[in-house]
Amino acid sequence: MTNALNRRGFLAAGAASAGALAAGSAKAANPFEPKEWGQFLGAGVDDEPYGTPSEYEAHVIRRNVPWLTADSVSSINFTPLADLEGFITPNGLHFERHHGGRAIVDPAEHRLMIHGLVDKPLVFSLDDLKRLPSISRFYFIECAANGGMEWRGAQLNGCQFTHGMVSCVQYTGVKLSTLMEMVGAKPNGKWVLAEGADAAGMNRSIPMEKIMDDCMIAWAQNGEALRPGQGYPMRLVVPGFEGNMWVKWIRRLEIGDMPWFAREETSKYTDLLEDGRARMFTWVQDCNSVITRPSPEKPWLDRKGFHMISGLAWSGRGSVKGVDISLDGGNNWIPADLEGPVMPKCLTRFNLPFDWQGQEMLIQSRAYDDTGYVQPTFAQNRAVRGVNSIYHNNSVHTWHIKPDGRVENVQLV
Amino acid sequence: MGLTGLFAIGLATAVSAQDYQRPSVSGIGAVAQPEQIAAWDIDVRPDGLGLPVGKGTAEEGEELFADRCAQCHGDFGEGVDRWPVLTGGHDSLTEDRPEKTVGSYWPYSSTLFDYINRAMPYGDAKTLTPDEVYALSAYILAENEIVERDQELNQDNFAQIEMPNRANFFADDRAVSEAYTERCMSNCKAEAVNIVSAAPELDVTPEE
Repeated sequence: MTNALNRRGFLAAGAASAGALAAGSAKAANPFEPKEWGQFLGAGVDDEPYGTPSEYEAHVIRRNVPWLTADSVSSINFTPLADLEGFITPNGLHFERHHGGRAIVDPAEHRLMIHGLVDKPLVFSLDDLKRLPSISRFYFIECAANGGMEWRGAQLNGCQFTHGMVSCVQYTGVKLSTLMEMVGAKPNGKWVLAEGADAAGMNRSIPMEKIMDDCMIAWAQNGEALRPGQGYPMRLVVPGFEGNMWVKWIRRLEIGDMPWFAREETSKYTDLLEDGRARMFTWVQDCNSVITRPSPEKPWLDRKGFHMISGLAWSGRGSVKGVDISLDGGNNWIPADLEGPVMPKCLTRFNLPFDWQGQEMLIQSRAYDDTGYVQPTFAQNRAVRGVNSIYHNNSVHTWHIKPDGRVENVQLV
Repeated sequence: MGLTGLFAIGLATAVSAQDYQRPSVSGIGAVAQPEQIAAWDIDVRPDGLGLPVGKGTAEEGEELFADRCAQCHGDFGEGVDRWPVLTGGHDSLTEDRPEKTVGSYWPYSSTLFDYINRAMPYGDAKTLTPDEVYALSAYILAENEIVERDQELNQDNFAQIEMPNRANFFADDRAVSEAYTERCMSNCKAEAVNIVSAAPELDVTPEE
């Protein structure tokens, strides 16, 4: 009893100072004194059948922007990129965008139907799909609206909010080309309608060419079943294309000879230009990058000397070929190191060591991919699109490093 | 004795690498029955394929809209709070703050039927009859002055409705119009760099 009380008291104090610890200014801490955890026994192996992060990491969570949408059901939350390492997003931190809320689907009551212009329409249960030859692949998924709040100027002060509509996991599932062979898709079936089982009945038209190239029906991410927020028990994976097309809770694929022009490919997810015309079928997520450290969440706060500048780059067209970093607002650029592994349509980490002596800096990253495409500036994107296209903002982003080490989201001319 | 028995079974079913034949995928999944397909196949295309038999007018849809839709969209589709505005916004697409509504933006009428039928009312989806979806669609289209209030919309004429903004959509041309390939490395800025906006000034970032 005494032990338990002591332990609880210690943990409460620890949680209160967790923020200070993270900021590196925990003056009261003395790691060299005897500690509770060095004296009393910890929990056994039966107290936590499914593990959770340390309570000292409680600040590493998804967050949303309440004013962004009418309610929190048809809305989005953001991955805390600044706190993540490597290129994999833990399942519990994967961003979520739902149009009808997070559906809880009973796999026993769920089926995937494939019909339309086929020789043999088929229905698959989750167990059926798991019997088929499967593959596991690393891909990023990015909402088309990532960065969409920044078109008119710097707005949200944190890379979680400016770039956190992107995540990257290893998907396990069956290639759609396998399923299309099984149903015998007909030659005039050039389009596929994907439809979800959720309250939004999410539906998107996808060209058969893409379906046959690298699309999958996935039932697992990062080695375990999909989370409900990512479409449990099964979702569509459309590598490199905007996240909205990766239909979650997928229940139906209909093969047809023309696109359906669903609400999410006409009213939404079309890009209005300044002249009043609008681009449609803007599927590919172009090459993009963001420096995650330093960032507003990870300032340098009077810590002069050695730092690693670190961030993430990606391209829906292929592999990241390289990332350049500017410290002077884009006038001069230094090639960063790619950490690897570098995989197509997958997040790629980049790093650059830097000796900071307290100088004010305008720090940027600019990625380019193996097609030769170079990430553009806001000025370049706005010159073509204006400021009302909402989607597909992949402009070079700027962090303002202040002399005291604070970091602010800014835009430049 | 037990060990010997197991071993014998193992021998009987052993297949050497030489004899192994990789099977092709077959026999997995059930043939979709017509009634199963009919239960789920609800999509509607711009050419009218998928429109169910039914009919409705704006006059019939008005009360239903007030009852099931106006809470979010307003009595006339003008939108409540941040919920979608369905009407108005005509000729606003080139303005600084465009209003993208069914009337000002949507290219096809079929999309309206398809979306209402699958996703509306928000929170009570897939509960409307075909006649109700025709009537609600007619009401929204009439409020946008695209059809007459007494005009009956049905499976034969719905897809023929011409949407005003239809011609202003075009397929993704980024591969041509945004083919950025220049990777300048030094002295890239002709003029001095200035900060024109800073997020903290707006103060709209969510706090802990």
